[in-house]
Amino acid sequence: MRNLILVITIFTLLISSIVFNGCGKGDKDKSAKEILGAGATFPYPLYSKMFDAYGKEKGVKVNYQSVGSGAGIQQLTSKTVDFGASDAFMSDEEMSKAPAKVVHIPICLGAVTVVYNLEGITTLKLSPDVLSDIFLGKIKKWDDEKIKSINPDAKLPGKEINVVHRSDGSGTSFIFTDYLSKVNEGWKSSVGTGKSVNWPVGLGAKGNEGVGGLVKQTPASIGYVELIYALQNNMPMASLKNKKGNFIAPTLKSTNAAANVSLPEDTRVSLTNSDADEGYPIVSFTWILLYQEQKYENKSEEKARELLKLLSWMAHEGQQYAEPLSYAILSTEAVKKADAILKSVTYAGKPLL
Amino acid sequence: MNALTLDNTILKVKGKAFSYRKKLNKFGVFDFLFKNFLGLSAISFIILLIGIFLTLLIQSIPSIEVFGINFYTKSVWDPVQSQFGSLPFLAGTVITSFLALLITIPFSLAVSLFLGEYFSKGFLSNLMKNCIELLGGIPSVIYGFWGLFFLVPIMRAFESSIGVPPLGIGISTTSLLLFVMIIPYSASIGREVISLVPSNLKEAALALGATKYEVVRSVILPYAKSGIFAGILLALGRALGETMAVTMVIGNRNLLPDSIFGPANTMASLIANEFTEATGDVYLSSLIQIGLLLFIVTTVINIVGKQIIKRFGKD
Repeated sequence: MRNLILVITIFTLLISSIVFNGCGKGDKDKSAKEILGAGATFPYPLYSKMFDAYGKEKGVKVNYQSVGSGAGIQQLTSKTVDFGASDAFMSDEEMSKAPAKVVHIPICLGAVTVVYNLEGITTLKLSPDVLSDIFLGKIKKWDDEKIKSINPDAKLPGKEINVVHRSDGSGTSFIFTDYLSKVNEGWKSSVGTGKSVNWPVGLGAKGNEGVGGLVKQTPASIGYVELIYALQNNMPMASLKNKKGNFIAPTLKSTNAAANVSLPEDTRVSLTNSDADEGYPIVSFTWILLYQEQKYENKSEEKARELLKLLSWMAHEGQQYAEPLSYAILSTEAVKKADAILKSVTYAGKPLL
Repeated sequence: MNALTLDNTILKVKGKAFSYRKKLNKFGVFDFLFKNFLGLSAISFIILLIGIFLTLLIQSIPSIEVFGINFYTKSVWDPVQSQFGSLPFLAGTVITSFLALLITIPFSLAVSLFLGEYFSKGFLSNLMKNCIELLGGIPSVIYGFWGLFFLVPIMRAFESSIGVPPLGIGISTTSLLLFVMIIPYSASIGREVISLVPSNLKEAALALGATKYEVVRSVILPYAKSGIFAGILLALGRALGETMAVTMVIGNRNLLPDSIFGPANTMASLIANEFTEATGDVYLSSLIQIGLLLFIVTTVINIVGKQIIKRFGKD
């Protein structure tokens, strides 16, 4: 019996050493046709569809892990993935921490909508100051004069406003707080912009689905979720007053309109509170990040070229998949800038495309 | 003549063809290896534990350097300004866990006594035992969903009836949810220990004229005290570390809790929420320091609990 146990143990060890030894060898053949990416959860449904279609068309497999913008940037910085994805562009600090220059390719647009749960009220208008004051806790009740003055016809209840925000760090929060910081000095000085902030009031819920679910369940509540989420769950959204003074409802069209402004060359810009006439004020690009110099860590030129071909396809032919999934397509300005950046990506100093 | 040659002589005399000593040696070596392999496996767990502690400690160093002891007294959690304090989360964890424990103790004691003493055999009794154990096997996320869709509306209705802001989520809801989650742990162990009380002790008490209740009070409970307490300690350990279910119903407010019906946040829930998106050395390091704090709190409570169990055992 004892001998038997000994023999089995030795046998298992032998087998496992053989199995694990063989693991590293098959990768080299497949690596040119497989691209690794990680990052934002917001565009995941769109990327999923795009990568699937691209794989069927070109035979190149893309493996994307939606671990979050922050984790995506971290993995790109540590070179464990070929590209990262983020709803927030890398800050100067993050750029300086990366081992080499990182470029940002915009892929699509997303909007952050303000959703609410008020019985019998189907349209709600909010101005930047009122929205900021609600989230700062300065406006506590729905029938406050400030809200009433913008919505004279609505039968606002005398209930307390239950604010809902994100408990997890997220690109959505970044976009929302970025907007509030731009339009309200009080918000900028006391709370600021970030993927996680020190919310003055409100309950936290995890993910867009958490916030949406809590707003749906809690009467007299207000929260913020991505446009796609609100559309697919039939949640009433507030119309926000944009920079030009127009109350704009969040739609794919108004999202796209917000990006029809001049963009910087590296597209690292926040589109919130943009100058566009009919643009919805809380809009942002979602970017794919990669190194400008693609020769690193034994990466082959072929693999780098495949990556660039993928990204170029995503900015052009891939855009057809955006609107059916409720994502807004890139504006013509953005596509032009994306092309220019892709042309600047090099392998050993030579441009790839 | 030494023992070895004596052996050989005796064996030769007995007429064995092979050397019996050789066969003994083969098993001796194997024995030595086997015993040490077992020892090594046991020691590896100690090494693992120390390793975990050291990893947490080393990764927390950046934030320890910045905040020092203030980390444990400040109640601000501001990633934008890089100001971090662990007090709200420590308070949230301790309050929700101990509140859950407070509710659990009478119920688990009742269930343990009922299934261990009054109703310990039979189909229905087995069914109840299995149901309780099944409750303990349900994944935490499912409990979170159940809490969110079932418990929260009930709490909301209750809160609006007593005049408190009807949020539905918060410390009280979390404690109730934790109570449902941890009761299998203390109830199962309690039941086992109670059913192991020697029947001659119980019969002696009955023979002296004690009622069933008096037998429970003066024989069973004193005898099973340490075991019941061990079960309660296990339940507390689970409540302290519970993450997913808590994060769905606690309200995730990163400030000191101000009301038992209001929202709060716990250490495990904070880490689960913010870790993946945390960027910046101090931010990450502060989150890891929260993990270290949770580790220390759980260890301290376990040590204190074991001491109390030892005390009970001695009485």
